[in-house]
Amino acid sequence: MSFKRVVITGMGALTPIGNDVSTFWKNLVAGVSGAAPITHFDAEKFRTRFACEVKGLDINNYIPRQEARKMDPFTQYAVIASDEAMKDAGFDTDTLDLDKAGVIWGTGIGGLKTFEEEVMNFSENGKTPRFNPFFIPKMIVDSASGVISIRNGFRGPNFITVSACASATNALIDAYNYIRLGMMNVCISGGSEAAVTIAGVGGFNALKALSERNDSPETASRPYDKDRDGFVLGEGGAAIILEELDHAKARGAKIYAEMIGAGMSSDAYHITAPHPEGLGAFMVMKNAVENAGLQREDIDYINTHGTSTPIGDPQEIKAIEKYFGEHAYKMSISSTKSMTGHLLGGAGAIEAAACILAIKDQVIPPTINHFTDDPEINPRLNLTFNQAQKREVNIALSNTFGFGGHNASVIFKKYEG
Amino acid sequence: MSAIAERVKQIIVEKLGVEESEVTPEANFQNDLGADSLDTVELIMEFEKEFNLSIPDDQAENIGTVGQAVAYLEENVK
Repeated sequence: MSFKRVVITGMGALTPIGNDVSTFWKNLVAGVSGAAPITHFDAEKFRTRFACEVKGLDINNYIPRQEARKMDPFTQYAVIASDEAMKDAGFDTDTLDLDKAGVIWGTGIGGLKTFEEEVMNFSENGKTPRFNPFFIPKMIVDSASGVISIRNGFRGPNFITVSACASATNALIDAYNYIRLGMMNVCISGGSEAAVTIAGVGGFNALKALSERNDSPETASRPYDKDRDGFVLGEGGAAIILEELDHAKARGAKIYAEMIGAGMSSDAYHITAPHPEGLGAFMVMKNAVENAGLQREDIDYINTHGTSTPIGDPQEIKAIEKYFGEHAYKMSISSTKSMTGHLLGGAGAIEAAACILAIKDQVIPPTINHFTDDPEINPRLNLTFNQAQKREVNIALSNTFGFGGHNASVIFKKYEG
Repeated sequence: MSAIAERVKQIIVEKLGVEESEVTPEANFQNDLGADSLDTVELIMEFEKEFNLSIPDDQAENIGTVGQAVAYLEENVK
């Protein structure tokens, strides 16, 4: 049997720099930072007191209060993003085959805030076990995909992928493959995260993973800059509607781009540190390019994992130079985490959206906050520092790497019929 | 309406998102007020918290309507 083709027909986004796709993209191209002092809890005693939070969001404008209170924020974000994407895709729900419509979502952690609140209640109330009956269904990571399927009546494949900061990319890959295999026609995919909480910030601080540039949050996420000092925690998510090509054409759908391949690999090296020579990063890009049936010279843009950590950034760059050779200096590269912060399990979703929109609008969003060159980073690379660049973008690749050594990459192409 | 009945009504309005006018003594949490079994467990917990008492499971099973909740609480709240 031959594989089906898969296209993108809808998108939704809820991010630290915009609560819908158009605002997100406008600010991403304009180089707007989403970082600011933490408002979700009192962070005064924390080493890091800022993050990229979602802003100005009144959940009740999107989800009735009675439903919203049974969802952890990561699920609320998933619902808001997927509602926008479904509206954008414009399905006729009377004719859509709901048995062939699935939800495959990515989340790295799940209901951290819910877990914290319930355990703190237990601790503060004389250790009497009075757990809320909604505690478990709110907290478990698969609740986001469950809620999205209930909301839309999608009865096909339904689950969550978990691979830390590669989670949403793995979700997209699974959705892509199940559609390619004919196991569903349509999938709401993407990912979300809501880890700007006491334990989230405290835990990443303990790993010394977060930037501690408290006097200048908006310049703290500075991938590839000599003075980068860690990542900036972000939250939110994005939804991407994947659809089988003939199914999309039959209903006259708007097509943003085609998904043409994906790669996965594992560092098999260390639970948090990346492989020093970027071996996993090298393999995941190679696997993706080969899976898509491309030559490495076909890649126009890489949206890097580029989290702004001292050891993570150079290993990905080394892998790019090693794999792409001379072409590494001809393509465009950027880390949009310089603006959005790091959405952990949701990162792959908003960065896939960035790749798809780069293809649609033929513009590369920048890596902002570049002040000082790092001698470890080859200046011949075009890292799109500080300003977006217009260029021809036919094919874009998005890299994501997660704690545990998980690497996942996806490739999108301009749709040409 | 007793003070207890008024507090019970407020909890139900808050948790189930219903109108005050729907919260009549005869109203059944699940059949009339849109609660599912988890909502009902949560309501019992809220009553326990609000009135600072513990409702044993075998008693909680008999509380299905607004009136039954008020009656139980009026009898047991000290």
